[in-house]
Amino acid sequence: MYGGGNTFEGIKTDSIAQEDPTKLAEFEARIERGEKIEPTDWMPQLYRKQLIRMIEQHAHSEIIGALPEGTWITRAPGFKRKMALMAKVQDEVGHAQLLYSAAETLGKPREQMIDDLITGKSKYSNIFNYPTFTWADCCFISWLVDAGAIVNQLANAKGSYGPYCRALDRICAEESFHLKYGHHCVIYLASGTQKQRQMFQEALNRWWPPMMHFFGPSDKISVHTEVLMKWKVKMGTNDDMRNQFLDMYVPKIWELGFSIPDPNLKKNEETGRWNYTEPDWEEFKRVINGDGPCNKERLEVRRIAEERGKWVREALKTPKTKYVMPLA
Amino acid sequence: MNSLDPRVVRLPKVGEEGKIFPKAPLDQFGTFEVFVQPKEGKPFQHEGIVHAPNLELAYVLAKETFTRRFVCVSIYVVDTRDVFVSPMTDGNLSAYEVLDEAKDGVGSKNFEIYHLVKRGKQHVHAGSVTAASHAGAMSKAKFELAQGKVVYNIWAIETSSIRFTMPEDREFWLTLPEKKFRDAADYKGGDKLTKFLEKNQTMKN
Repeated sequence: MYGGGNTFEGIKTDSIAQEDPTKLAEFEARIERGEKIEPTDWMPQLYRKQLIRMIEQHAHSEIIGALPEGTWITRAPGFKRKMALMAKVQDEVGHAQLLYSAAETLGKPREQMIDDLITGKSKYSNIFNYPTFTWADCCFISWLVDAGAIVNQLANAKGSYGPYCRALDRICAEESFHLKYGHHCVIYLASGTQKQRQMFQEALNRWWPPMMHFFGPSDKISVHTEVLMKWKVKMGTNDDMRNQFLDMYVPKIWELGFSIPDPNLKKNEETGRWNYTEPDWEEFKRVINGDGPCNKERLEVRRIAEERGKWVREALKTPKTKYVMPLA
Repeated sequence: MNSLDPRVVRLPKVGEEGKIFPKAPLDQFGTFEVFVQPKEGKPFQHEGIVHAPNLELAYVLAKETFTRRFVCVSIYVVDTRDVFVSPMTDGNLSAYEVLDEAKDGVGSKNFEIYHLVKRGKQHVHAGSVTAASHAGAMSKAKFELAQGKVVYNIWAIETSSIRFTMPEDREFWLTLPEKKFRDAADYKGGDKLTKFLEKNQTMKN
């Protein structure tokens, strides 16, 4: 599960000017031909840096994203829902493993990525800093947050970096179960009692603002964004992704008779774009910088798990193994 | 800690909030490559890596990471350091063309050879050869397996360093088809949705 929210760091574009022009031209020609870049190929520093940042944030989002849903496993209604939710949470953690491996092929060891998550140096999708009050919040995540993540992931799977694309292909295949399961849960609430309908409507009201934040603020069209799009690191603007999500899921939410808490939400049939109230980007920034309802809890749960598992890792460690970069 | 989840509230106090000792190298163990055989009669292909303290645990983790959902018939793992890698080539140049001819005589060790024939795809098992060293195995594979085909990257792995799937391990995958609750096809909300929409329609009329 991953949003495009806060992925790219502004880097002075003169960092590209320092690259060898012949190698850069070959690199760009390869991407232009639709070929993938592999770990042993030459690549500009900016490309490597932004990809590490992006894949690492994606991996952290899978790990942290498992927490707000995981908390509902013991209280999920019925045996089948429990089994399914457990399988889903296990999938998310598995996705993190695949993504950490892909980031490692670019030269950042896994130890460092895990430390950077806990100390707050690297970020994760902001939406997971909000609490899941009821079962309906958990259903909202399974259906709509996953849906948003799939929009992002399907786009990124067409990117230029081989190991990331291969990991995403695997991840997207598993996500289809998440989406169907989430939709199924919501259909059950929607066609249930008045109280169940109300429960989902309240969850929707709570989660809509963070869902609109999920795709990130409108991109400033800068030289920097253009370069990343040319290199197929970034596959579309944040607004494109948000629009695609609204296009696919707003009709499905309306179909179930729920209302979306935004009076301005309406599709402009001429342009094909959705109009909506501009999300509160001040809140988005505030939460990313640590002041959200659950930031502290999410990182503490992760840190304590890491500390408590330390003796196991130490007991298993042997000097015979060695950390090496993955091959592909 | 304040949380909606009582289990989080009950967590023991360990260390200091927001602080962690930088991890020592090898905290996440060594690197192992994972290969999966999707169907009987199909070749093995490279799937990715796991980190593990030893070959046996690498096998267990590989099963969890790569074959939890997908049907396959066999997997194996090998320490990344035991994979001998050729240079990567481009265009019409085969990696076999840039290798030096190995002159290390006749050997009796078995090697598994992997080829990358399309950039962006996975390395796929091309066959096995007998040689004295990894380099010798590649020289031999050039004639026995490549047969003039353009190959962009070659891997040679000594067969004895691989942890294969044993017959008793195959039971891993026996229960996979029964776990329908993890299958998208098992979540057909369509009927319920149609009924709900019809009911709504009659109420509106």
